[in-house]
Amino acid sequence: MFDLTGSELHEALTLPSTLSTVEIVETKATEYAEKAGFDEDTASQISMVSREAAVNAVLHGNKKDPGKKVHATFDLTADDLTIQVADEGEGFDATAVPDPLSPEGLLKPSGRGIFLMRAIMDEVHFRQLSPGAEITLVKHRNRD
Amino acid sequence: MSMNVKLRHVSGVTVLDLSGRITLGEGSIGLRDAIRDALAAGSKKILLNVADVNYIDSAGLGELVGAYTSVKNAGGDLKLMNLSKKVKDLLVITKLLTIFDVKENETDAIAAFA
Repeated sequence: MFDLTGSELHEALTLPSTLSTVEIVETKATEYAEKAGFDEDTASQISMVSREAAVNAVLHGNKKDPGKKVHATFDLTADDLTIQVADEGEGFDATAVPDPLSPEGLLKPSGRGIFLMRAIMDEVHFRQLSPGAEITLVKHRNRD
Repeated sequence: MSMNVKLRHVSGVTVLDLSGRITLGEGSIGLRDAIRDALAAGSKKILLNVADVNYIDSAGLGELVGAYTSVKNAGGDLKLMNLSKKVKDLLVITKLLTIFDVKENETDAIAAFA
């Protein structure tokens, strides 16, 4: 689906709160990252952090509630690849996530998803919705 | 796509050849089960060969940390070998490379258990 508002490519998906949604978001993110021209390693990292955003939405946001949806959008412009994932849960405070690089955080089995998003993407934004939370992941395209 | 585990014994070391994806769900549970079974069988020296692991997410990283902790708590030793650039980059970003004993190849890894 091509939109008419300036994006080269745009898609918006409304998905169920199941783990299949995680796979769909990951696959779509990979497709967009490849279309954006990122190298294989970068595309794989973008796909992985998009997967993390979807896992957060399905498990932590919507808590797999079948009555709640996950909303994922993919936008490719001349400058950026932007992936947005929103849930309909109770929202969350990104600043409350413990630092996984701290001595006590290093050996914890969880808590690396948000950190990886920030490490890999150029911009990561969190927004509270009512209800829900939205994560926006942006990777700049380097088109010399 | 999920993860496959093949088990071998080399010079007293239990080598787990992992392939596929270590991700939330089947992949991470597969690793957890394999470590649990190896420890239950009395293995104290466990080497994870991740040469054919092509994808790890944060849940997969968590399982690697869990494997390390389980083996340590059982009085054993866990090492990794044959990291692809992709996997190594992830361990660098998350500083997990400072925790794991990582070897370039099997010969070095087996020797390091002695």
